[in-house]
Amino acid sequence: MEENFEQTISLQFELKSHDFVQAGEASSEIRRRLKKLGFASDVVRRAAIAAYEAEMNVIIHARRGRLQVEITPRQILIIAQDEGPGISNIHQAMQEGFTTAPDMIRELGFGAGMGLPNIRRFADEFNISSCAGEGTSLKIVIYAGEG
Amino acid sequence: MRLADIVRELDLKVLAGPALEKKVAGGYASDLLSIVMANAKENQLWITLQGHQNIIAVAVLVELAGVVIAGGVKPDPETEKKAKEEGINLFTTPLPVYELAGRLYKLGVSG
Repeated sequence: MEENFEQTISLQFELKSHDFVQAGEASSEIRRRLKKLGFASDVVRRAAIAAYEAEMNVIIHARRGRLQVEITPRQILIIAQDEGPGISNIHQAMQEGFTTAPDMIRELGFGAGMGLPNIRRFADEFNISSCAGEGTSLKIVIYAGEG
Repeated sequence: MRLADIVRELDLKVLAGPALEKKVAGGYASDLLSIVMANAKENQLWITLQGHQNIIAVAVLVELAGVVIAGGVKPDPETEKKAKEEGINLFTTPLPVYELAGRLYKLGVSG
């Protein structure tokens, strides 16, 4: 870390259903901020990928949602919360290749069934909770120290 | 190998070329965005058939050297605009994905 910052930096992004024009803007902004703060490139990359997958999940599946990011010199916390269909079987959703995305979205190269597995792979801590018919909430932590 | 050399050798069409001096560390080909995010590495050249603007976000997040839209696919106009805004090198070619990957390999750009 080249730059020290004392306080927690909080970012918040509102996400809209099927907004493929804005898709990726939130995670790009998160990446820019982390780079500017001087985090190691591996940390920036892992956080950006996890944020992107979380962002796309909301845009593809939910009615609306929000990404909240809290950055400290030690870690990056990303919370994604949405109002949407929820996930009835989380174990199944965590399997690589399992997807419920419609064909129209899969043709764009999304919905490969790799979103949640990618988040788990790149995060240091990952929690998912979901209520069918209500929504899904993800908590992702990337440690800044190691790597 | 520099991007500019690859462009010349393979006659790629440059839609956005803000950093053609960049050295290419290798290549990656897939049309599934999450697979690219997870597996492509920094400074690789990505070959895809997707022409929509979300490919630029992927290129930014993974810090790719550039994107080649192969197979004669015509990208959306927003894709080109976005590439310019984000400083991402973007090319097109009529070559099919397999052919392009083979030619890149021949030039010494491996996986």
